[in-house]
Amino acid sequence: MGRLERDAADALAAAASSAELAEVETAALGKRSALAAAHRHLAALDPDARRAAGKALHDARTRLEALAAARAEELVAAERALMLGRDRLDLTEVTADEIRSAMTRGRLHLVTQTRRELEDVFVAMGFTVAEGPEAETDWYNFEALNIPPAHPARSMWDTFYLELGQPETVVLRTHTSPVQIHLMEDGPPPVHAVIPGRCYRRETADARHLPVFHQLEGLVVDRGITFGDLAGTIETFTTAYFGPDIHSRLRPGYFPFTEPSAEVEVTCTICRGAGCRTCSSTGWVELAGCGMVDPAVFEAVGIDPEEWSGFAFGFGIDRCAQMRHVIADMRVLTENDVRFLRLF
Amino acid sequence: MKAPLSWLRDFAPFDTSDPAALASSLDDLGLVVEGMEHVGEGLGDVVVALVEGVDAIAGADRIRLVTVDAGSGPLEVVCGAWNFAPGDLVPLAPVGAVLPGDFRIERRKMKGATSNGMLCSARELRLSDDHEGILVLNDVEGARAGVPLTEALGVEPDVVFDITVEGNRPDAWSIAGIARDLAGRLRLPFTPPDPAPAPDLGTPVAALASLEVADLDLCPRMVVAVLDRVRVGPSPRWLARRLLLAGMRPINDVVDASNYVMLELGQPTHPYDLDRLAGAGLVVRRARPGEKLVTLDGVERTLGTPGRGLGDTGEDCLICDAEGTAVGIGGIMGGESSEISDTTTRVLLEAAYFSPMAIARTSKRLGLRTEASARFERGCDPWGIDRAVDRFCELVGAPTATGKLDVRGHVPVPERIVVTSRRVRAVLGVDIDAEEVAALIEPLGFGAEPRDDGLLVTVPTNRPDVRPAPHGVDDVIEEIARTYGYSKIPRHRPSWPEPGGLTRYQRERRLVGDALCGVGALEAWTPSLVDDADHAAMGLAGAAVEVSNPIANEEAWLRRSMLPGLVRALARNVNRRQGKVRLFEIGIVFSHPDVGARTARGGASGSETAVLPAERELCSVVLAGEGDDARSALAAWRVLVDALRLEPVELVADESVPGLHPTRSALLATSGTAGTTIGAVGEVDPAVAEALGYAADNGRIGWLEVDLGRLLDPSVTPRRPVQARPLSRFPSADVDVALVVADTVPAARVEAALVRGARGAGTGDGAGTGDGAGAGDGAGAGDGAGAGDGGLLESVVLFDVYRGPGVPEGHRSLAYRLRFAASDRTLTDEEVGGLRRRAIDAAAAATGAVLR
Repeated sequence: MGRLERDAADALAAAASSAELAEVETAALGKRSALAAAHRHLAALDPDARRAAGKALHDARTRLEALAAARAEELVAAERALMLGRDRLDLTEVTADEIRSAMTRGRLHLVTQTRRELEDVFVAMGFTVAEGPEAETDWYNFEALNIPPAHPARSMWDTFYLELGQPETVVLRTHTSPVQIHLMEDGPPPVHAVIPGRCYRRETADARHLPVFHQLEGLVVDRGITFGDLAGTIETFTTAYFGPDIHSRLRPGYFPFTEPSAEVEVTCTICRGAGCRTCSSTGWVELAGCGMVDPAVFEAVGIDPEEWSGFAFGFGIDRCAQMRHVIADMRVLTENDVRFLRLF
Repeated sequence: MKAPLSWLRDFAPFDTSDPAALASSLDDLGLVVEGMEHVGEGLGDVVVALVEGVDAIAGADRIRLVTVDAGSGPLEVVCGAWNFAPGDLVPLAPVGAVLPGDFRIERRKMKGATSNGMLCSARELRLSDDHEGILVLNDVEGARAGVPLTEALGVEPDVVFDITVEGNRPDAWSIAGIARDLAGRLRLPFTPPDPAPAPDLGTPVAALASLEVADLDLCPRMVVAVLDRVRVGPSPRWLARRLLLAGMRPINDVVDASNYVMLELGQPTHPYDLDRLAGAGLVVRRARPGEKLVTLDGVERTLGTPGRGLGDTGEDCLICDAEGTAVGIGGIMGGESSEISDTTTRVLLEAAYFSPMAIARTSKRLGLRTEASARFERGCDPWGIDRAVDRFCELVGAPTATGKLDVRGHVPVPERIVVTSRRVRAVLGVDIDAEEVAALIEPLGFGAEPRDDGLLVTVPTNRPDVRPAPHGVDDVIEEIARTYGYSKIPRHRPSWPEPGGLTRYQRERRLVGDALCGVGALEAWTPSLVDDADHAAMGLAGAAVEVSNPIANEEAWLRRSMLPGLVRALARNVNRRQGKVRLFEIGIVFSHPDVGARTARGGASGSETAVLPAERELCSVVLAGEGDDARSALAAWRVLVDALRLEPVELVADESVPGLHPTRSALLATSGTAGTTIGAVGEVDPAVAEALGYAADNGRIGWLEVDLGRLLDPSVTPRRPVQARPLSRFPSADVDVALVVADTVPAARVEAALVRGARGAGTGDGAGTGDGAGAGDGAGAGDGAGAGDGGLLESVVLFDVYRGPGVPEGHRSLAYRLRFAASDRTLTDEEVGGLRRRAIDAAAAATGAVLR
């Protein structure tokens, strides 16, 4: 018994590679090993002896298994060290003709292409492009935007909270609107900016929604800005981005941070306004939310609403891509299947 | 909410001939019509039929042959439903009938049997959602074989609008509210419901019940009425049908009346069985911490304890019987114990105005959202309660105790707001004269008294969306715009003197993306929310930021690296047989604040400083094309260096970059003052790739990652100068130098020494070669223009690496081509020879290199 274990232990220790170890392990501990054979003989013993021998066998097996595991770890480490040594490459001694470079061109992600195009449309209209963080405090994401804690309107946004600070005080931004607050805090008006970026909502992904998505926000704060300016800006944008036969219309909506608020609808890009299933036969589809900056928001950032006025709007970059390119299921955007990536 | 046109017409004479036009007006008012259903139409051909026999069809076990009589003799119909038997009355759509949804009934043959029509379910007739079986009409009064179904059921054609009401418009979340808005837009008279008085019981209400509101802040107003000699039974057919059309299931006449009033007027009420209340009456108070109650849905609720939610004070409003035992959660859901039952004879009706914020927080914490709570949290009309109670009593029709119990605290009263014409113009950009404004908003219940500069507006209490002045001014202006019509406001494109544009960072970030496309990489979008196990798999020590309420455990952490996402994307493409690809991503990674923090305004009202994760924008590239490895990554990096015109960035071999192959990776270190690390280049550790699902036999994965914040900041990563330099018109001289150097010496050090020597910038042992400090001898020879640039060396290129015979074991020969030129003359052989000598000497001194 002792010899059996000693031999097996020696064999395990002597294994020189992972492959060899695997063989040795099978021989020492497998179904056809001496150990297994000894175990089969237990049945012939009387109960007391069986119990003692059984325990001894079990202990020996446990020790051998531990030994095998330890040896396996050693061998893996040694083999990895060997591999790393063999693999060693001085990246500074790579000559130019050693380098292969593909002659095919890659592609920007459809969302990036869409974002750039949207940015360019607004830049041409005189907007700058601003950005902001994706993790925000409750203040920036909600409170400064006229959505106090526990306000029922919060149910408009399904929010991911982060395990930081007091519960529910740090969020993944549910919209790009907190950047409005940053911009107005950072300096005096005027502000004419669009704000693209990634947003998060605790929603299960489906054909039309992703829990992680991209928005483009717009903010104009200047003297004498009116609702008519907002409607004109939206119309200019939709024509520039979607084409001259796509129009926009505003209808009343509700957002706590704008007053008056409006939903933007544009001519359905599928049927060009004739009416189809996508637009429920109305010829119009919802694109964006917008409105005049609420005086409570100006108050939160210390801007005098008598002197300055402004408008804000926000819409989905991914949604624009979906509409323009007739993407049935948005989830394809995050699958990174190269067949899709190469399409655009 | 669902609004049947027939019900809307109770309050204003809407034209039924063009429902689409009504829908369009509703849309324009912000009452968005999501759907429009024509009900009771297309039933003209359907008749009541008597089932005479049901027979099996040979070879079919799901359908049977039914013989029916619809008043004109037996007719055979094949049917797949089993819920009826001979003697039942059922609806029959004969051949030629067209059912709702343009469904034409044809004569059909199934399994050899001929079907001369169809027996219909309630859903097929668009009468309800019931599709469990055929609609059995035995209990319908007036249903006889041959009678048209519409006649038997008393169903009139109707249109049901499915309307989404915005969260700030509780007033419009009712049939009467929708009718009021629509009537205003169409300039039709609006007649609010005016309930007829119920029979008087003759007993004062106070003699039958008591009411005490201990916490008026949670419940600023409560009204109680008592009805006696109630006989609980089914509702009249017209009322039940309206509830059904509005999407509610009829239960009994008392409960139905309460629901009907809520749908019609927007005011929830709650009927109690007075005899099942211990102590005849109600007490309203805060729940005690930990107090428990079983609600109508059979769930035990624990109350009075704050939850995790921001601003949740744990205050819940409890409705108790007069002995103090909880019988319901105010405004949200009643308890089981005092439910109306068939044996109820005395009803206590409670109608209240609850604090919207209190309802919102209790409802959120309990995860209990009901028709009532949704209305209360948006804010009901505290002065609309009386009408709602009267309407309930009218509908139930039972003798009602004299008077009502009415307890009030601080109940909102109508606000008065001055809206100047100047402000209207400033916000909307259009002049609307005061008279027109008054005509627009008065039909909605607003008061409007002309003043010199505009209007003094009185805001009705059913409009909690209109705040007190000053903010409320803009709320009134929204009402003006809404009723005026957003589409009528002239559009104007604003302009301003300030130029638009991208920042330098944004332009160069685009350049990086374009450059990577140029090396054949496709841009990916991998998840920001990841599994922390992926961080562990790539050997990232330390904590990630955790999401408190993830959708799935695999999406519960903020990513600290894009490596796992990109490698998994490669693996997925391999699995889909999309072969070998290069991918890149530009995105944000997050540090735990313990490691890297950002601070920002936080806490209540932004008065505190909160600690947030630091966010870095990275560009990460995986190169797993055919034959790709660390060299390909290096090539990609060199393209970026070139695209951005970077000064040389040092590659510092590093064996401990998490996730990277220890002996084939290097950090990118800038020559800037701090020698900042701006990224890494090399290969993904094959063991890590394997752990992330990318098998080693798929080949090596080249890796490049740069921190864009550092890469694109010229103070961190210096750029080559942008000033033009005259190009030399004199021939340059090339010198090849092969040096034998130990493998342990990075080639970069050899090259640096060659440059140093050739430029004569001076090294520790440079003095030995006889040149002075400064710009070297080139300066003495009159190379004025190039002096600051280090003289005559134009370029150094490593063009060959050789190991093998002739070179000692553990060494390699590095062959460099040094190109020299002066801007003003042809260099002499002696000059070039001297420069070469100095370069070699410097390399020998610094690295032990031996000329081969």
